Amino acid sequence: MTLEILLQTLASGVLIGLIYALVAIGLTMIFGVMDIVNFAHGEFLMLGMYASFWLFSLYALDPLLTLPFTALMLFAFGVLLYKLVIVRIIDAPMLSQIFATFGLMYLLRGVAQFLWKPDFRSIENSLASGSVKLAGIQLGRPQLIAGVGAVLVTGAVYLFLHRTKWGAALEATAADKEAARLMGIDSHKMFALAWGIGAACAGVAGGLLATFFPIFPDVGANFILLAFVVVNLGGFGSVSGAFWAGILVGVIEVMGGLLLGPQYKLAVVLVLFLAVLMFRPQGLMGKA
Amino acid sequence: MSLLQLHGVTKRFGGLTANQDVSFSVDAGQIVGLIGPNGAGKTTAFNCVAGFYAPSEGHITLDGRTISGLAPEACARAGIARTFQIARTFTSMTACENVMAAALLHQGRVPAALATALQWLAFVGLARFADKPAGSMTISEQRRLAVARALAIDPKLLLMDEVMAGLNPSEVHEMVEVVLNIRQRGIACLIVEHVLEGIMPIADKIVVLDRGTKIADGTPAEVSRDPAVIAAYLGDA
Amino acid sequence: MSLKSILLLAALLAACLLPFAGLGTSHLNLAILMLMAAQLGAAWNMIGGYAGQASLGHAAFFGIGAYTSTLLLLKFGLNPWLGMLGGGLTAAVLSLAFGWSCFRLKGHYFAMATIAVAELVQIVFTEWDYAGGAVGLTIPMNKQGLTEMVFAGKAPYYWLALGLLVATLLATFAIERSFLGYYLRAIKDEPDAARSIGIDISRYKQVALSLSAFFTAMGGSLYAQKELYIDPNSVLSTALSIKMALVSILGGVGTLFGPLFGAVMLTGIEEVTRATFGGSGRGTDTIIYASLLIIIAVFYPSGIVGWWRARAQRWKTKRSNAAAAVAAVTSEGTL
Repeated sequence: MTLEILLQTLASGVLIGLIYALVAIGLTMIFGVMDIVNFAHGEFLMLGMYASFWLFSLYALDPLLTLPFTALMLFAFGVLLYKLVIVRIIDAPMLSQIFATFGLMYLLRGVAQFLWKPDFRSIENSLASGSVKLAGIQLGRPQLIAGVGAVLVTGAVYLFLHRTKWGAALEATAADKEAARLMGIDSHKMFALAWGIGAACAGVAGGLLATFFPIFPDVGANFILLAFVVVNLGGFGSVSGAFWAGILVGVIEVMGGLLLGPQYKLAVVLVLFLAVLMFRPQGLMGKA
Repeated sequence: MSLLQLHGVTKRFGGLTANQDVSFSVDAGQIVGLIGPNGAGKTTAFNCVAGFYAPSEGHITLDGRTISGLAPEACARAGIARTFQIARTFTSMTACENVMAAALLHQGRVPAALATALQWLAFVGLARFADKPAGSMTISEQRRLAVARALAIDPKLLLMDEVMAGLNPSEVHEMVEVVLNIRQRGIACLIVEHVLEGIMPIADKIVVLDRGTKIADGTPAEVSRDPAVIAAYLGDA
Repeated sequence: MSLKSILLLAALLAACLLPFAGLGTSHLNLAILMLMAAQLGAAWNMIGGYAGQASLGHAAFFGIGAYTSTLLLLKFGLNPWLGMLGGGLTAAVLSLAFGWSCFRLKGHYFAMATIAVAELVQIVFTEWDYAGGAVGLTIPMNKQGLTEMVFAGKAPYYWLALGLLVATLLATFAIERSFLGYYLRAIKDEPDAARSIGIDISRYKQVALSLSAFFTAMGGSLYAQKELYIDPNSVLSTALSIKMALVSILGGVGTLFGPLFGAVMLTGIEEVTRATFGGSGRGTDTIIYASLLIIIAVFYPSGIVGWWRARAQRWKTKRSNAAAAVAAVTSEGTL
């Protein structure tokens, strides 16, 4: 194993890790604000991928250009899902919450399969294709752009949370729903906002991913488990935690694949997940 | 020798010291009130005695045997029972089943536990609620159910955490009756209370905590005249 | 003997005689699927329903049971009846590790940990060549009969499935009535209060889990002997874990017969959707299945049994209110 291969692997790990981070940020926000684990989160990613794909195939609009549209659409969809289903299970027992989002997961996959068939699709020859040589390492241009995009969007979300009034309201609701309510912050609006932003983040991640990853109805399954690991590692509710944990998980995943073989990539991540759950459940950056 | 003895118990949570060098004792068959302003560390001391926390320093003995650091279930087996600020009854079970779950600790078999449970329910005046789901009982009734449940493990010492809070005067009176009956059975009681008119008349001894330390320890009459106690409740200048 | 016991025995007798009722093979197979689903749901119920620890990784035990008995048969020629028992015991022992790693976790963390453990087990078997890897294992059909637990017809499998279901339900019933039943409900409702009355919650959660794993694994062995082919995808998938939990939740967690109702309804719906819309890969059966999941989770969290009990309670209250009203009116009339 040469240094070049090692650096290459590391770089690809960081880049895919940034995508994981973006997906996880949405998931951690939803959990932080309303204590619900959204098992259907991978499906937001899937829908973002299909949105990019169809806009590209039907209207020849480049995925990078349609990203803002994808974000808006997924935001609206997230809010819609909240109003139709989630609002009814806020105070339900945890098992009901788990099964409701699990049901949504299967439902969205089934609908996608019904509408667009289980075939694998891909986006070829978009603006982002080709590869680039950076400091002697070969990187796919889509991956690189996806990574940069993920950083930018993460930064935007972070700024939103810490520099705007809405963001402060979200954080307040996450910290103490009742107290926030007493200060005039409408929890329902905050929940809907969290779902919208969460869905939008995953959708944008999907749009970025679509430039180099196959698109199919069940694609969310690949990412949801990883997203959980990232959220847990970074600390439930912590956006910055999710960012760094995402990169870490991406690197560990590809390094595991390099050292043990690609069939063990997921196993390495799962072992890490269980270890964190058992020995440091609050995550690397969470509080005990 | 006292039944329960706290020896210099200190409990820290990170940077916060909830209990600082707290020592007091409870004799067999005594009613001891643990009072103090909010945040004084009363429930923390309770949790240390009942095994839910382990003291950072110091130790706790029951009948001379060290119990600090034991798990809650081990403390229960050793003879310490407790109630919680929120009743925490088993809402999916009837009142009788709630008490049976506790009685099973020493009875082993379900029929014997049933008989014991019915006795303790009668003791707290809930006999007619035996088949009522615990979740459908009022707060006051659930509190008494929690007491019956705690008593069913045949304890030497019963810890009661604000068991009179939020009760109307007649309910307070009922609860006082129950506590007196418990003492008559020879079971010691350590009671955290804010409802002073409930605890002061019946306690053999009062221990006062303020901001983590013990500031008074004596009969109710002595304690109510103690200037340090008065200052703690009214607030220093 | 109470009316309820007589009805139950009659139902059991009728169930035993079903294969003679002249059903077609496919209908009998459907009945077998219902029985197997009910058995797995009942086994899950021990830990998920009664103890309140909702495992979403139970397929791990199903698969361990299936693989253990099959490997013992193929590699060592061990009789499947003994192999089934061996599978159950193996799963019960391995559940100790499962419990140790997961029980300290609460709520969502627990659920996710169980998913992770089950996925890991699936990966292990997929990469384990001795166990057939991704290709799986096949049980030969050349020797048939009771000792081999391989049959040409469906009826013997029906009785096996029925027997296993009855055994699982009897075990559940025994738990319910024993001290363990009280302890598990206490642990489920208020873990801290349970500890305060002397209950060692880790120990009893583990007992429930081991029993649950044992019966789940036996169901896995039965599956292997019926289908004569197992692979990681068919016996270890997360989708299977979800289904096991769903059967119980649909029927009513923590109730004895809940899994039965849940299994009948779930299997029935699956069959109807498959027949009407076909498994043509269009995802319609998934859509219906998923919608059902959501409706149950949102509107009927106590499942079929819970819904029925609430209805019965409302009817009872209405009756007693009506009786009281009548009494009030008549007494007033006489005054």
